[in-house]
Amino acid sequence: MTYSTEGEQRFVNCTLAGPVEVFVRDGKIVRVLPLEYKEDDAPPWTIEARGKTFTRPGKVGISCWVQGSKQMVYSKERLLSPLKRVDFDPDGERNPQNRGISGYEEISWDEALDIFAKETIRIRKKYGPSAVAVTGSSHDSWGNIGYRMSALDRFWNILGCTWIDHSPESWEGFFWGAIHAWGFHWRLGQAPAYDLLEDTFKNTEMIVFWSSDPTTTSGDYAWNETDAWRFHMKKLGIKFVFIDPFCNYTAVLDGDKWIKPKPGTDTTLALAIAHTWMTEGTYDKEYVETRTHGFEKWADYVLGKEDGVAKTPKWAEEISGVKARDILALAREWGAKTTTLAPGGRAGMSNAGRAAYGHEYTRMMVLLCAMQGLGKPGVNVYSTTGGAPADWDFYFPGYADGGISGGSSGAIELGPRGFPDKGTSSQIRQRVARSVFPEAVMNPPVTWRGVYGYYGQSAEQQFTECKFPFDGYSEIKMLFRQGSSYIGTMTDSNRWVNMYRHPNMEFAVNQTIYNEPEARMADLVFPVCTNFERWDIGEWARISGYSRHLSPTNARVIVLQQKCIEPLGESKPDYEIFAMLAKKLGIEERFTEGRTDFEWAKRMYEISDLPKVTNWEDFREKGYYVVPVPEDYVGKPAFRWFAEGRPKDTDDWGPGLKDNPTLDGKGLSTPTQKIEFEAQTLKRFDPNDEERPLVPKYIPSWEGTETEDLLKKYPLQLITPHPRFTFHSQHDGKDLWNEEIPHQRRLKDGYRYTVMRMHPDDAAERDLKDGDLARVYNDRGTALSIITITPRMVKGVIHSYGSGGGYDPQGDSPGDADNIDRGGTMNLLTSSRWISKNCPGMAPNSCLAEIEKWEGAE
Amino acid sequence: MARYGLVIDLDYCIGCYNCQIACKDEHVGNEFAPVAKSQPTFDHFWVGIEEVERNYSDSRIEVTYIPTLSQSKNLLDVAKDGEVYERPDGIVIIDPEKAAGKKELLDACPSGRVYWNEEANVAQKCTFCAHLLDSGWTEPRCVQSCPTSCMIFGDRDDPNSEISKALANGTAQPYNPNETDPSVHYIGLPSPVVSGTVILGDCDECADGAVVTLLDKGGAIANQSTDCFGDFLFKDLDVGKYKVKVEKDGYESNIAEIEVESDVTQLGDIILH
Repeated sequence: MTYSTEGEQRFVNCTLAGPVEVFVRDGKIVRVLPLEYKEDDAPPWTIEARGKTFTRPGKVGISCWVQGSKQMVYSKERLLSPLKRVDFDPDGERNPQNRGISGYEEISWDEALDIFAKETIRIRKKYGPSAVAVTGSSHDSWGNIGYRMSALDRFWNILGCTWIDHSPESWEGFFWGAIHAWGFHWRLGQAPAYDLLEDTFKNTEMIVFWSSDPTTTSGDYAWNETDAWRFHMKKLGIKFVFIDPFCNYTAVLDGDKWIKPKPGTDTTLALAIAHTWMTEGTYDKEYVETRTHGFEKWADYVLGKEDGVAKTPKWAEEISGVKARDILALAREWGAKTTTLAPGGRAGMSNAGRAAYGHEYTRMMVLLCAMQGLGKPGVNVYSTTGGAPADWDFYFPGYADGGISGGSSGAIELGPRGFPDKGTSSQIRQRVARSVFPEAVMNPPVTWRGVYGYYGQSAEQQFTECKFPFDGYSEIKMLFRQGSSYIGTMTDSNRWVNMYRHPNMEFAVNQTIYNEPEARMADLVFPVCTNFERWDIGEWARISGYSRHLSPTNARVIVLQQKCIEPLGESKPDYEIFAMLAKKLGIEERFTEGRTDFEWAKRMYEISDLPKVTNWEDFREKGYYVVPVPEDYVGKPAFRWFAEGRPKDTDDWGPGLKDNPTLDGKGLSTPTQKIEFEAQTLKRFDPNDEERPLVPKYIPSWEGTETEDLLKKYPLQLITPHPRFTFHSQHDGKDLWNEEIPHQRRLKDGYRYTVMRMHPDDAAERDLKDGDLARVYNDRGTALSIITITPRMVKGVIHSYGSGGGYDPQGDSPGDADNIDRGGTMNLLTSSRWISKNCPGMAPNSCLAEIEKWEGAE
Repeated sequence: MARYGLVIDLDYCIGCYNCQIACKDEHVGNEFAPVAKSQPTFDHFWVGIEEVERNYSDSRIEVTYIPTLSQSKNLLDVAKDGEVYERPDGIVIIDPEKAAGKKELLDACPSGRVYWNEEANVAQKCTFCAHLLDSGWTEPRCVQSCPTSCMIFGDRDDPNSEISKALANGTAQPYNPNETDPSVHYIGLPSPVVSGTVILGDCDECADGAVVTLLDKGGAIANQSTDCFGDFLFKDLDVGKYKVKVEKDGYESNIAEIEVESDVTQLGDIILH
């Protein structure tokens, strides 16, 4: 008998990393494939450059964990029933101290809804609606309807709550720093990449990847889409230089040179490069004269006129460990060749920017490029992720446009098109920043700056001082979490463990797919189904909002995310859970507008440009649409207009009229409309802020190579970059196939341990061998890991991924610094100290630790 | 009748592990009689990745990812009772019924990619997704999932097929040189390299544009200019004795005799005076 796939149903869905085809037989997923473009799809675009042609690949480059979607659906860690913590009695003893220790019992949805409604009403009555704090995890499941900025926002905007605001964790440094050099507050500090792929193919001679690993961070949702671009760049003869304490995944494929500064010392290299250019005259003086402001002030610092210390390559060598002659060689090559700077995926997901004073690094990245004519052909800030030819005139929203909530970061285009019928917005002014949330619960009041609501409206918003609680509002008594990632992704994760176990937290609800760390801290757990078990609609990798027109994909693919199978067990779509909660609370009609998730998806089709090109029946049947690139497409590379002194010619959302005092469309959104060596926004805010000075400086890390006393106790610098083989905590510690990849986890004695990479000398000093188990620890936390010894680390630095999903505390004291986490959650060790005193962003890459061999509990 | 084969161009393999997982996606939980029983959920890698991490110098490391699988005809030599057979299209199959209990098959393939399925009591390995090819598919799952298309699958007897073209240029080699009639070939397997960095002794700067010549008994076989960091790297060399000559105007030439081994020969810093 020959096996045939003919009898199988085929569906299309979109994941966090690409559209897929799903084959189903008898209600069960048989296989999942990356989408291959068909004959009737838009033809591929090509770029001709330097005598060679690059053509869009014929299929989608999905990630390994998307290829493993079937195992995600059928993982034994799936939650298949609502759960109640066994010793949580809403009418009696709540036992918050047992969160994380005591077990769970399955309950019916009716019981779960009852407990939710009763507790929510009780807490709202007793303390007020602001006693309920709510937030979702980033990157939960793909789809504009079910996404956290859509369904979660709509439900809780209607009901009222204290929102927990996220900072731009993945590119903190660019938000707190680069904004003050080049603007782009509407992009939260990152730059656009309009048509930079073609510009790079045609003009660039060298790319400096500075704390940048695009084959890992690719540009979040595109994953393996951009590797083909870099292979082509190598064919064109573009030289790749990598600056990173870890010889990262892109460097070992494509790198011509690996320069390895100690973490926290990148700015010394940047200053020494600037010093070389200034003293040798090898920078674009005309550009600096006409397109920038305050160069002389920075030059005074760089050349040592300000503080008596010339920032020479020799000076930088002493601090960074990089040989002066290599810095000098790089500076001269950069000054001589057409060079693009790649400071992390999308435009800024670098480790160096997610560290103490990371804003100084990002400002210097911008300024170095300015000194070489940022925006001129081949000279840009571009991480080789994004900027492929695309027809952005074709309208379809991204998730940050807010979906059915009608709110979020920038529903500028969605609302006027009549989506939803009635928008929602938070009516409770009190909000709290996620970076201080555990303290806000356990030990209020707390203060911070800037992270409040949507903070992409001006650069000045980040100066606003906020405090919690707001006058007359409630403290936090209840937490509603969609997703379950924070014991893993948040710095000093034990803060979150201790918050959950604190008596102030009367009621904790978790709504998520897996039995994962925060779900194991909740009192009530709602089981969610995957995106394969529900309807939704979304464009691949499309964020929009604060990341307008920046998708690192080879094609715009808009997907009707077809429901492939019924939800497993009692799990349900996020949207349906909110609809049930709304019904229970008597606000069903206001929440749903009478629509199912399928009907919302159809409604989003209707208000987009899709009806112009495909009717609903065909779209529903086929499941996707590839937006064609016009044959007469002409690129308008990012910053070219600025470099040439023309009015802006890209369809970016800024600078807007409010940013541009002269209304001629020519400048950036900075106060001088130029790239600012001396930041005028900082001058207005606090000209004496030594932690974020007016011109960017090298400031030794508050936990690093110059904190000598701590270094004696904890001599290793731990860096925890974005992961290559999972999307943060989501695909880790859940019995998945990507956990068999030896860079993610390694199997030892029946347990898959988190990998810790270290230099052979560091391992030898500790008598550690490859494959040994080791305890990594400092004063904040303790985690087990399995040792991978590799020359890819600079000596003195250890590397593990920063967002483990397998928190597995041993013993009965979770939350204590010496409690051992077998699951290898490295953020247990990182500091919750902010990037700098006025910048409450996370700085996980400033962390000291020690490692010792682990031979089991005594 | 086609004669199937696979060429993997390692220069384009990014080590994403999609091939390894696509294989699991196809075979875990799915039984495809008569070709294969279902694969256990974990610890089988019918296609898996070996990694060669090579430290070219203090400032350059290259990793070669090598997807390996078992389509070796060596298995046929061990199988005495027809438990392993070669189909007319060249695919080597372990018969899941006839091979019951035959653990000796595990060691019969040099790839190491034959696995024991305890529950099914049978050795298992790559089938080139024969069940899909038989129903009209053109490539196995690992190949379909590769984002850079570094795996080329097809009919080795069809001179116009992509795989025939890839084989025709002669650089593709089997991973195991002793394999008879291999159906899997690789382009870009690691080969010996010589690296070094040229430094100007008088000013302690990197020597940009120094001319480095590699000579064997017959004279110069390759030369290149150092880059801005003074680095040079000769790839794809044969094992043997060479001389390396470094020249730069204004400096004394430097000649060294070297022995190139099978892997990386690091000459380190070469200081010109």
